[in-house]
Amino acid sequence: MSLNEVGSMIAMQGFSGLSLFTVLLLMALGLAIIFGQMGVINMAHGEFMAIGAYVVYLFSQLTQNYAPGLREVYFVPAVVAAFFVAGAVGYVVEMLLIRRLYKRPLDTLLATWGLSLAMQQFFRSFINPKEVSAELPEWLLGAFNPTPSIQVPRNGIFVMGLTILVSAGVYLLMLKSRWGIRIRATTQNRVMSSAVGINTDRVDRFTFALGCGIAGLAGAAFTTIGSTGPTSGSLYIVDTFLVVVFGGAANLIGTIASAFSIAQAQSLLEFFLTSAMAKVLTLMTIIVILMIRPQGLFTNKLRT
Amino acid sequence: MIEVNDLHVSYGQSEVIHGVNLEAKEGQIVAIMGRNGMGKTTLFKSLMGVIRSTSGSIKVGGVDVTKMPSYKRVKQGIAYVPQGRMIFPSLTVWENLLTGLEGSRTGKFPTDIFTLFPVLAEMKTRRGGNLSGGQQQQLAIARALAAEPKVLLLDEPTEGIQPSVIKDIAQVLLKVRDSRRITIIVSEQVLSFTMEILDRLLVIEGGRFTADEPRDKVDVGEVRRLLAV
Ligand SMILES: Nc1ncnc2c1ncn2[C@@H]1O[C@H](COP(=O)(O)OP(=O)(O)OP(=O)(O)O)[C@@H](O)[C@H]1O
Ligand SMILES: [Mg+2]
Repeated sequence: MSLNEVGSMIAMQGFSGLSLFTVLLLMALGLAIIFGQMGVINMAHGEFMAIGAYVVYLFSQLTQNYAPGLREVYFVPAVVAAFFVAGAVGYVVEMLLIRRLYKRPLDTLLATWGLSLAMQQFFRSFINPKEVSAELPEWLLGAFNPTPSIQVPRNGIFVMGLTILVSAGVYLLMLKSRWGIRIRATTQNRVMSSAVGINTDRVDRFTFALGCGIAGLAGAAFTTIGSTGPTSGSLYIVDTFLVVVFGGAANLIGTIASAFSIAQAQSLLEFFLTSAMAKVLTLMTIIVILMIRPQGLFTNKLRT
Repeated sequence: MIEVNDLHVSYGQSEVIHGVNLEAKEGQIVAIMGRNGMGKTTLFKSLMGVIRSTSGSIKVGGVDVTKMPSYKRVKQGIAYVPQGRMIFPSLTVWENLLTGLEGSRTGKFPTDIFTLFPVLAEMKTRRGGNLSGGQQQQLAIARALAAEPKVLLLDEPTEGIQPSVIKDIAQVLLKVRDSRRITIIVSEQVLSFTMEILDRLLVIEGGRFTADEPRDKVDVGEVRRLLAV
């Protein structure tokens, strides 16, 4: 391998790492929003991602069967629907399940884990037990070549753009909107928030739905780089926890940095080693770093 | 404006408020004085719905709020400045004030807030947690007033605050009583501040009101003796 080839390889591997990065980042963002707001660790978060992916798949199926002419345009509305369907399911789950368990963090952990199993079974029984893929529009396929030896996949650029859009949207919502003020006030002091007139139950439900909706977007992004099966979400949940734990639950920049380094490390290492070895190495590095710098961990915050 | 009937409040098995009755009219400042641990904070928290009462009733402007959660009571017109201020430290001053609008019926930010608290106008973009104790207390009062309440509850607003700021706070309370005709219920241990603003004095001892006097009947020596024990 010449030096030039090594450079191109690293660049391309870096771009494929970017796609993983964006999915992980969206997942971590949703998980961290929910944890920061109400101290709930949502073990079913990966299944909300799967919901988003399945929504895109269903849209693609419907388009193929009933309106093949729309193949080039169905994808964008499908992404929007992925957000709203996952969000709506989250809203209902909060109302029926999470809300009753707020003062019992361990029960929440167990209940959301059970929920994740139930949702996987639902996917298996009612959608497809095997992996499915959405029929992607032409404009998401292929790659362009900035130099003759480097290819940048178009889907990578799309998910990148989507992630930037979502992160910016979340940032604006949190820092510039009345909803953001409500969410931050409730996170800081739940009792006082209610005493100034904020309906904190509604804020919780909204936030949970928002976090699940963002997981749905992660799933939609995921359809451009892989196929979706009933357990696809659970494969990502561990990496997502890693991102959140490593980056610190409370801050966006930390989450971005940690999603970036974990995704890039894995994808570069995978080129040289098996993917299992890449995971082991990433995990060990994180453990060592956390031993030196434990403040990256979840802060111990419970509802008061 | 506010009507409390035979209110009982307990922490677990131990009852702390033993059947309190209270009626306060609009445009009146009612001071509740009592030593540490007599139940002032407990009474305020139960009026606000932060803790549940075991029995009795609370009405605001004729509406029974006894069973309502805090945020609904705010909509009915009670606002609360808790002991220890409890502003939102990582929100800016302006964002703290906006949280006060959540309970407002008009949804509009009252124009006189910054006239009443000029110091807050200068610090709009600062984080609440970076304000001094006195400034935080003013912010907590301004946040409560932003909701344009009918009844304002203040739990020991002068605790840990320097005399000049205490004077400012007294002036603000007198001004809003007169301009907005609201009912103000304030718990206190500082006699000079209380005497400056009160229209009526209640003394609380062991979870019961033991005295109820209009301003001109208050015997300062007697009250001082009660608080000193
Ligand atoms: N969370 C609680 N659980 C059990 N008992 C409590 C609790 N909070 C207060 N108490 C008790 O209730 C009584 C009244 O307390 P409260 O805080 O209402 O007094 P206070 O008049 O506000 O006192 P201070 O002037 O010190 O603020 C005290 O005896 C206190 O020990
Ligand atoms: Mg008190």
